[in-house]
Amino acid sequence: MGVRVKPIILLLSLLATLPARAQARLNMTEGVTDISQKVYGLHMTILIICAIIGLLVFGVMFWAIIHHRKSKGARAAQFHESTKVEILWTLIPFVILIAMAVPATRTLVAMEDASESDLTVQITGSQWKWHYRYFDEGVEFYSLLATLPQQIQGRVAKGDNYLLEVDYPLVLPTDRKIRFLITSDDVIHSWWMPAFAVKKDAIPGFINEAWTRINQPGLYRGQCAELCGKDHGFMPIVVDARSPEEFDGWLAQLRTEQAEAKAAEQQLVAMEMTRDELMQLGEQVYQRSCAACHQANGEGIPGAFPALKGSELVLNDRAAHIDIVLYGKAGTAMQSFDKQLALKELAAVITYERNAWGNDTGDLVQPGDIDQARQGQ
Amino acid sequence: MTQLHITDTADGHSDHDEAHHGPAKGLRRWLFTTNHKDIGTMYLLFSLTMFFVGGGMAMVIRAELFQPGLQLVEPNFFNQMTTMHGLVMIFGAVMPSFVGLANWMIPMMIGAPDMALPRMNNWSFWILPFAFVLMLSSLFMPGGGPNFGWTFYAPLSTTYSPDSTALFVFAVHIMGISSIMGAINVIVTIWNLRAPGMTWMKLPLFCWTWLITAFLLIAVMPVLAGAVTMVLTDKYFGTSFFEAAGGGDPVMFQHIFWFFGHPEVYIMILPSFGIISAIIPTFSRKPLFGYASMVYATASIAGLSFLVWAHHMFTVGMPVAAELFFMYCTMLISVPTGVKVFNWVATMWRGSLSFEVPMLFALAFIVLFTIGGFSGLMLAITPADFQYHDTYFVVAHFHYVLVTGAIFSVLAAVYYWLPKWTGHMFNERLAKWHFWCSVISVNVLFFPMHFLGLGGMPRRIPDYSLQFADINALVSIGGFAFGLSQLIFVVVLIRCIRGGLTAPASPWEGAHGLEWTVPSPAPYHTFSTSPEIEGNGSR
Repeated sequence: MGVRVKPIILLLSLLATLPARAQARLNMTEGVTDISQKVYGLHMTILIICAIIGLLVFGVMFWAIIHHRKSKGARAAQFHESTKVEILWTLIPFVILIAMAVPATRTLVAMEDASESDLTVQITGSQWKWHYRYFDEGVEFYSLLATLPQQIQGRVAKGDNYLLEVDYPLVLPTDRKIRFLITSDDVIHSWWMPAFAVKKDAIPGFINEAWTRINQPGLYRGQCAELCGKDHGFMPIVVDARSPEEFDGWLAQLRTEQAEAKAAEQQLVAMEMTRDELMQLGEQVYQRSCAACHQANGEGIPGAFPALKGSELVLNDRAAHIDIVLYGKAGTAMQSFDKQLALKELAAVITYERNAWGNDTGDLVQPGDIDQARQGQ
Repeated sequence: MTQLHITDTADGHSDHDEAHHGPAKGLRRWLFTTNHKDIGTMYLLFSLTMFFVGGGMAMVIRAELFQPGLQLVEPNFFNQMTTMHGLVMIFGAVMPSFVGLANWMIPMMIGAPDMALPRMNNWSFWILPFAFVLMLSSLFMPGGGPNFGWTFYAPLSTTYSPDSTALFVFAVHIMGISSIMGAINVIVTIWNLRAPGMTWMKLPLFCWTWLITAFLLIAVMPVLAGAVTMVLTDKYFGTSFFEAAGGGDPVMFQHIFWFFGHPEVYIMILPSFGIISAIIPTFSRKPLFGYASMVYATASIAGLSFLVWAHHMFTVGMPVAAELFFMYCTMLISVPTGVKVFNWVATMWRGSLSFEVPMLFALAFIVLFTIGGFSGLMLAITPADFQYHDTYFVVAHFHYVLVTGAIFSVLAAVYYWLPKWTGHMFNERLAKWHFWCSVISVNVLFFPMHFLGLGGMPRRIPDYSLQFADINALVSIGGFAFGLSQLIFVVVLIRCIRGGLTAPASPWEGAHGLEWTVPSPAPYHTFSTSPEIEGNGSR
């Protein structure tokens, strides 16, 4: 396939007639899995077939346009049907379609067979981040956009991986069959990694299955592909593919780190943080996890996302405030942050919301308070 | 060939005959009219207005996407723009323009005095402006208008939608009622009011394709009504049709929506096939090749359109067997569509071609619609669709089909029949400017979108990574140019309505059909007495 398609790629690049930047990609990626290469092959085959049919049909048409014009003295023939020709141009496309359907069917069946996998990763989409959980490994984490808001607003220069960078990439081993179980906590998202030719919708209440086997280590970037609300354009996917040995080492290390962090969290329960510490950390957490909906100024978006500034609940009902941050509110876009944020971060962000933008309740929420609220449930 | 007796006169004011009265004066004429030509005109002007409203939204979208970063609008407003652009263009621009053409032309093509149900005709038009006022006003409500895409997938359109969603739902209901009434009118008119001797296989193809379209409309608009109603009750009355937590299924929404949505695609293209099948023979001075196969191809496309809906949802996780079924059925549609393109080319073959503006738009239609058909065939290949789905490749595909397909065919139709409507020839030079500016800019606008999609840019995003910057800038320039080009069209229209060379009854040398036998401009009432069709009829 590779050799045959090169001229077409060249042609496509010429057609674009663009000051092609080195990184501008004009054609589908071949990807780094056997499946993605098959998909690329299908894509190029059908593209070439269409191009040939197009050249033939438009060729005939333009021949007529050039030679059969009245201004050149062409006199119109009066034929208006031919059963033979009509049957022929019904059957030939039919045969081409069958020739196309066979390899497509074969590839599709292979793509949908996720059996006998070596590793299972559960992928959960939510507005607007991804959560990855390694089955049977006790390791899980969230993956959020890492591009700074200042870059998006154009106040500082944009980085090379603008909008395609995350804080914690999904680390995967090469040469192992990885099964993905894909679902969502709120609206429908779609997990798309072009380099693997994997795109599967994340649907609340349902679990979808996909799989891949990566041939080359490297960093691969993709994005959410299904409109999922305001920040649909800002939930990228980054996969860090490593050799199986490196991957195992990484996984073991992360498992230890996460266990230690959990233990350390318990010690925090007794800790008293100062107002400044809470407010400072709280602002950071707020900007990252809350501002997308409730806005940096706490005023929300009327009719879509409620304001926190001057909010009845924030000002007058501390227990309810802690509860809604921990567990979300069913039937609304307010999600549960219990598992997303550390104890310290939860305490800080609630303190921040209770004291920022003129919400001068003056009270501090300590990690211990959060822990008590959890126990109380 | 065709014989008829014209009993009307152009002024039509003969007060001794009740049936021959002319139009009322002033606003009353337009509010209370039951005349198919008046209603056709209103539909067409309404559609043109909506074309510019939806086009303005497209300009906002392209301006924001001109550069990476967020410059002009917030993501939430951007989503309202993409949603409203789709809704306005589909339900406000394309569909009413076809209904307007049907109103004007079907009675004149089949030798009928008017549409069969003229009062319902008035009503089906006049509820439309209210529907769009309702829908567009939601943009000014707190929380904004619909922001969940014109496909309004649940639960984004239910639990997570803005407060104004009810307005969207009611507006879609009204548009649906309007479409259904329009469709009933077309069916009853064609079925009952054909002139004596106008047998089914003598029916002009525009009438055939519209008849089939009307059946599609009646079949699927109630399905859309069901979908929006379930969205309404899910959001406001606590039902759980599409809410997994309550035992519902978000994927069921997509099945219901696309069971409407795919036939809807053909609703927006079948009348185009009829228009092109009228224009190509006229300017080739040669009868349409394969009339019968055109009719059968249209019917089979309509039939197949009910069997392919899930090709819009290959990524939702269907069983392999279902994916294969929908892939095969979708690929099959390219056969009758191909037959149509081959027939048009064969019509031109060894004709005596001339290239007036309607012909130019028709030729552009054939080439560019076929490109949209090719990308459609590519999208049908399920494994490849996993890469194309929800990217700009899809955006390129359906804009080739809808803009250079449906809208170009409407422009071709307007230029073709404008002399009949106004009694004046349009300014050929200006109209050619309109054509060339449109056809060049529309390709600068939509062709590079294929590359964006293949390169990995998802659709419906307000901001993108740097690798897409150059192409997006180019696309935006094409978009602005295409938008501006349509202003030329408005100038041509206004000038043609106001004056111009007097058009003869049949301004195009090779034109056949009953509409060319009445004077230009067509009198207020035509064919009060049925013409007699003999021989080959009007095709």
